[in-house]
Amino acid sequence: MARAMPLGLGRSGIAFLVIVAAAGVLVPFLNLATPVDSPWHVPTTTVVLFGKYLCFALLALSIDLVWGYCGILSLGHGAFFALGGYAMGMHLMREIGSRGVYGNPVLPDFMVFLNWKELPWYWYGFDQFWFAAIMALLVPGALAFVFGAFAFRSRVTGVYLSIITQAMTFALMLAFFRNDMGLGGNNGLTDFKDVLGFDLQQNATRCGLFALSAAALAAGFLVCRAIVSSKLGKVLVAVRDAESRTRFIGYRVEHFKLFVFTVSAMMAGLAGALYVPQVGIINPGEFAPANSIEAVIWVAVGGRGTLVGAALGARGRQRRQELVHRGASRALAVRARRAVHFRHAVPAEGAARPGRYPPRQAPGAAGGDAGPARNGR
Amino acid sequence: MATGPSLGTVLRRGLVAFALLMGLALPVAADTDSLSARITALATGDFATKEAIIVELAATGDAAAVPALRALGDGDLQIRKADRKVIIAVRDGNRLTAVDPVTGADLGAVESGALERIRVNNNLRRALRAAVGSLTLLSKDVTVRRLAAESVFKSLDPTALETLDQAIQVETDERVRRLMVQARAAAILQTDRPEAEKLEAVAIIADRGDQDARGVLSAVAASSEGEVKDKALASIALIEQSLAMWEAGQNIWYGISLGSVLLLAAIGLAITFGVMGVINMAHGEMVMIGAYVTFAVQEVIRTSAPWLFDASLLIALPLAFLTAGAVGVAIERGIIRWLYGRPLETLLATWGLSLVLQQAVRSIFGPSNREVGAPSWMSGAFELGGLTLTYGRAWIIVFAIMVFALLVVVLKRTAFGLQMRAVTQNRRMASSMGIRTTWVDAMTFGLGSGIAGIAGVALSQIDNVSPNLGQSYIIDSFMVVVFGGVGNLWGTLVGALTLGVVNKFLEPYAGAVLGKILVLVFIILFIQKRPRGMFALKGRAVES
Repeated sequence: MARAMPLGLGRSGIAFLVIVAAAGVLVPFLNLATPVDSPWHVPTTTVVLFGKYLCFALLALSIDLVWGYCGILSLGHGAFFALGGYAMGMHLMREIGSRGVYGNPVLPDFMVFLNWKELPWYWYGFDQFWFAAIMALLVPGALAFVFGAFAFRSRVTGVYLSIITQAMTFALMLAFFRNDMGLGGNNGLTDFKDVLGFDLQQNATRCGLFALSAAALAAGFLVCRAIVSSKLGKVLVAVRDAESRTRFIGYRVEHFKLFVFTVSAMMAGLAGALYVPQVGIINPGEFAPANSIEAVIWVAVGGRGTLVGAALGARGRQRRQELVHRGASRALAVRARRAVHFRHAVPAEGAARPGRYPPRQAPGAAGGDAGPARNGR
Repeated sequence: MATGPSLGTVLRRGLVAFALLMGLALPVAADTDSLSARITALATGDFATKEAIIVELAATGDAAAVPALRALGDGDLQIRKADRKVIIAVRDGNRLTAVDPVTGADLGAVESGALERIRVNNNLRRALRAAVGSLTLLSKDVTVRRLAAESVFKSLDPTALETLDQAIQVETDERVRRLMVQARAAAILQTDRPEAEKLEAVAIIADRGDQDARGVLSAVAASSEGEVKDKALASIALIEQSLAMWEAGQNIWYGISLGSVLLLAAIGLAITFGVMGVINMAHGEMVMIGAYVTFAVQEVIRTSAPWLFDASLLIALPLAFLTAGAVGVAIERGIIRWLYGRPLETLLATWGLSLVLQQAVRSIFGPSNREVGAPSWMSGAFELGGLTLTYGRAWIIVFAIMVFALLVVVLKRTAFGLQMRAVTQNRRMASSMGIRTTWVDAMTFGLGSGIAGIAGVALSQIDNVSPNLGQSYIIDSFMVVVFGGVGNLWGTLVGALTLGVVNKFLEPYAGAVLGKILVLVFIILFIQKRPRGMFALKGRAVES
């Protein structure tokens, strides 16, 4: 096996890829090719559900890339996810064409409803799938680039970065809630009919989306692996563990951070773009800070700094949530318990891998990272 | 919250009903017969008789005759053909309703065909105006006189001049007199009196300096020529300037009010996050606990000791402090002390904790909003120049400043504050000097949580008491602390007030939501420029 690991995939990486690939092929096959009453049949609801998990897994992967390997705890990755979702949603909205409630061939229903006379400029181009697909990557990427460029250049780190990313997604949520935004306001974008001519209600389309999500997850995994196992990845880990030292050695820390942050945002955008056609709606609620924090918790539970764990964490957590789906409050209770439980998980994990997470407040440690102990003990 | 207004509404309605009863029943009981006899007499007789009756009515000085006289002038005083009763016909859309001219009682709907109008001529109209004017402007009741003067000012009725002159002569109340002089000036501008007198009138109105005065003056400016017009325009400019100033003042007030709310929400966080460096995402839930303690206290008072209601907030304050503080100490002992020095993990763990607390409150008190009433000393409003200030907001500002002052004193002037700062600055040294650092940690966190709890008592007065109460403040609180500068109480104060005022000044131009977005973007950019806030700590402790 060792020779078959050109990207430093490792055993778990290979296993993960195999499972994702198998799922990507088998689940659609079992859904389409077996009769409904067969024990091998996978119900369509399951296909949709697991399609969602795949998207969440990709989101978790993107967070693990920046948090686990570069120490940037972004509490705003939900924003990139939602932006990608909105880009895809805008395309699906345009694809409805004249089949909407008001039958307007150009304007989406909510614009007719709000008496808009013509399409706002930022909707131009979204009638083309390729344009929307590019935008789903480009818009989150551009936002992350600009945001990151400002933040990393002025060395906003740690908790401060977490808080301003949270403020960013909060501000975006408020903005998208406004009807004047021209993106559906409170209700968001919904009532999609088809994508690239395939009916979204058809099993075949759903299976196709599932397979695509699996492929995207696998591709995202490979990209992340490629990044973290390259020389670049070593620098990233160095930035995570001792940012100032890395800078003093001569690396332009902010460039590395900016690169990985942007890549991660684009992955989150892709996840969002795949998520929207499967669930059939995108609304400003996706920007809620709580969503981003939850995604971070998937990563924490699955294992920060282990790409496979992050992806599995997303799925496991979501699964549990769906199982207790009977009431929102139950789900919330479980979510809460998991989040608190996680504090026990992390120290254990840190202890199991000495050196990976050196204690931040090593007594007497020199350099800016450790610094004089404020609260260390 | 809902009880306060609804209770208030009920009381207000009761008061109005009572006033109506007193105001109407008493004089009516004395004079109803002669009054209604006279009004009925208006239906018959020629114009001369009618004029005599009107003069008689005016001479009684009974304000109860005013509605009938007004109706007569407007042609609404009519005779119901069926029983020859005199009624006031009130037109509401297409429907006509008959109203008793004396008591104002509703006598049911009528057809316009079933009515006969009591006719008036110009001579009679003049007599009517004089009578109404003297009944109102010369009324014995100050409030009636004041209202009458106000209404003349707005109606710009030059025919009221004679009565006004008369009224000004005898008026004893200085405020009402001033109003009358203003009303007279406004009326004069509608006549063709000499220019000098008009100029004087413009000056009088300009002195008034409010929105109504501007309306009168702009009408004058449009209809007159020469010097009067110039002076009116100049006065309008002055008035607009002063109005803009008052508006700015009002905005500052709103801003300070919002700032004090932000300060209250953030000040506990300034301790736990600012001083201890703990990212406490459950901070908002401490505020929520405080608000629910207020609710619980009011519930107990309502059921067992209603006379204590006005003191409910004062009782809730120490309880909220203790409850939230105890929860805070428990959190510190149970969770946070294991996570010191790992801010990101603390953040996630406390976030989970906030969900637990929300869910706990939801299980105990239910998911819906709970009602917290306002004590009587917090409801109502007062006016200060051109500003309208509500007592509730004013108290919250005072309260926020008191909490802030208290906290500064605790930190700078007590032994506990000294130990706290010592532990924050150099834990090992403090420990070597015999300070129980773990105990200080727990107490500090308890203090921050307790302060958040008493903030909850205040915020229960202006926000919905629901399990989500805390969530809506957490981001704002962090923004304030980070903006002001971590570890600096004064920074928190300045940060909260700045953000409050900036937010309120943006709102008229950008709308509430966009204003808030702009403030968030501004803070994000600000942190880029000064990553450690407005008042950054300097020295070696900064880099940790």
